[in-house]
Amino acid sequence: MLFYSYFKTLVGKEITVELKNDLAITGTLHSVDQYLNIKLNNIRVVNEQKYPHMLSVRACFVRGSVVRALSCYIVRKRERVRKGVRGA
Amino acid sequence: MAGAGEAGIAQYVDTTVSVITNDGRTIVGTLRGYDQATNLILDECHERVYSTKSGVEQLVLGLYVIRGDNIAVIGEVDDDKDSAIDYSQVRALPLKPVTH
Repeated sequence: MLFYSYFKTLVGKEITVELKNDLAITGTLHSVDQYLNIKLNNIRVVNEQKYPHMLSVRACFVRGSVVRALSCYIVRKRERVRKGVRGA
Repeated sequence: MAGAGEAGIAQYVDTTVSVITNDGRTIVGTLRGYDQATNLILDECHERVYSTKSGVEQLVLGLYVIRGDNIAVIGEVDDDKDSAIDYSQVRALPLKPVTH
């Protein structure tokens, strides 16, 4: 429940989900459920040259069981840079 | 039809979806139904086989029922964007299988 609650606080933010097949998808977090299944909108695949498999996909549902990691670091860093925080 | 919590896939029903399975296959078809275990019913579907040697090969599968355990990603396909892509020119390594 702790992770579910935390993921719910990220709804609306841009996150990157890394899957257990090494695919990484960036998108806006739309929703999350009790299995930690994730729905992303406005997605793009990291390294589209290597992974053109989702070129025509605009939104997706990622099954919680195939998620290796979730990151919002790059987005947080970008926000800090925009706000002019030193050391960002 | 039972929803899989908040992150349900109800809004994808009767639209074209692209499903990536745990063994790395890509299956594109019309989503007709699903349940809380992400089991899917896909109508008029075909598999897209990616390779580096030739363009994408499309295999007609027909009606498929996929067990939820084997599903990695369900993508909502933008039909206009999809028809604009010339898949005979797309070359890529097949996706790796999911390793738990």
